[in-house]
Amino acid sequence: MKNYLKNLYGWLNERFQLEDLVKFMGKKYVPVHRHSVWYYFGGVSLFFFIIQVTTGILLLFYYKGSADLAFESVQFIMSKVEFGWLVRSIHAWAANLFILSAFIHMFSVYFEKAYRKPRELTWITGMLMFFMCLGFGFSGYLLPWNTLSFFATKVGTDIVNAVPVIGAPLKVFIRGGDDVTGATLSRLFGFHVALFPGIFTILLAIHLILIQRQGISEPMHLSEKPASEKKTMPFFPNFMLRDLLLWLIVLNVLAVLAVFFPADLGHKADLFASAPAGIKPEWYFLFMFQSLKYFPSHILFAEGEMVGILLFGAAGLLWLLIPFWDRKSARGERNRFVNYLGLFAVLFIIILTILGWRS
Amino acid sequence: MENVQGKPGLKNRRDFLKYLLGFGVLGFASAVIYPVLSYLKPPKQSEVEVTSVSAGKLSDFPKDSGKIVRFGNKPVIVVRSADGNLHALSAVCTHLECTVQFKKELGLIWCACHNGKYDLNGRNISGPPPRPLAPFNVVVKAGEIIISKIA
Repeated sequence: MKNYLKNLYGWLNERFQLEDLVKFMGKKYVPVHRHSVWYYFGGVSLFFFIIQVTTGILLLFYYKGSADLAFESVQFIMSKVEFGWLVRSIHAWAANLFILSAFIHMFSVYFEKAYRKPRELTWITGMLMFFMCLGFGFSGYLLPWNTLSFFATKVGTDIVNAVPVIGAPLKVFIRGGDDVTGATLSRLFGFHVALFPGIFTILLAIHLILIQRQGISEPMHLSEKPASEKKTMPFFPNFMLRDLLLWLIVLNVLAVLAVFFPADLGHKADLFASAPAGIKPEWYFLFMFQSLKYFPSHILFAEGEMVGILLFGAAGLLWLLIPFWDRKSARGERNRFVNYLGLFAVLFIIILTILGWRS
Repeated sequence: MENVQGKPGLKNRRDFLKYLLGFGVLGFASAVIYPVLSYLKPPKQSEVEVTSVSAGKLSDFPKDSGKIVRFGNKPVIVVRSADGNLHALSAVCTHLECTVQFKKELGLIWCACHNGKYDLNGRNISGPPPRPLAPFNVVVKAGEIIISKIA
């Protein structure tokens, strides 16, 4: 067996110079320090993406993306298809944990200021993937076509309307018409299973190639230390084996959650029913949902909603572009303002999520 | 190159070719993009224009209750107040388009999504809704509640 593999490797190597690639992969080192644990969340997020693609393809074999059939097909998956409940529950749980792990990865990179020169584009691609995760969550939420998802989509797409100039046509584009109907389901289905995964894969490839090319970022406090005092471990195989072990643990956690807390389905969307009491968006939109509640209906001449959306949009843009305005970190100086801003963002998100949860 | 630049005629000819190519690319791109954008714009579907619908019998409508009625492809809320008056209003919340409901305990119309409140005449009285609910005509003809658009 070993000989066959060696021969295969030799055959490929002769044609494609695999040795260079192995050398390229092997020269990456992971800095070892007290914050090293945060390095694992990028890999965990990647693992969730792989799980989502796999379970997503499995769900596609039975799911039907039309208003008449969507709810029934998900019901069919949950009740008739063998292990259908498990596949769907894993998809639903992994979606939530994916976003959680992406949140943690993003904030750890932020606080370590790993976005600073020369890793600006790694940050940008990562942030774009993060926004796409939210898009995945939003578009996937509608697919079972139940009451909650119907109203969540109504609200979410109507918020787009508050954006000046492009808002109104964008809303019609996403909805496939003036209202949330079967046409909206078809569009979001297309976004969820084709457009988003395609773009996400390209961003992910760029993200990973950049990391491979530049190596893993070293925290700023380490750069003052002499090279002899710095500890590192090779990415391959040491760090990767740890990564894989963690993936195994994550898979187990996922299985436990999916088995003991399977995803529920609710009631089929009724376009002529009132929104049920206690309706709430998914937890990762909750902080925005909750803060919009505090805006009065009018602020000066504008609708409160519009002011809120614009503020969130501006904050997101500021966050996305941080490698370009945080000049201090780029020069290797300490930037306390960035720390306080990050701390404020974390506290803001946590407190408003809790408030939204309890209301 | 020197040769080319030395002869003004040739340079013009090169510029001409550049413009030709540029316009060609531009034309080609718009020939591709225009149909794609047009395709993405959902076509207007002809709907049967609804001007009035029946909301059911008045005898089936207890006092102090509300119901969502289908008006074409829009929901309309019909409320019979405690004193027996009938109100018909668009059921689409003016805030973010959730469907509102009659809240008996408050004697108000309430939106569950963001806690918006309207009085029975559709006036937005609390919460985020920026505008009142659009009113509909409501009449009782031979014991049947008829809702119609206000002309």
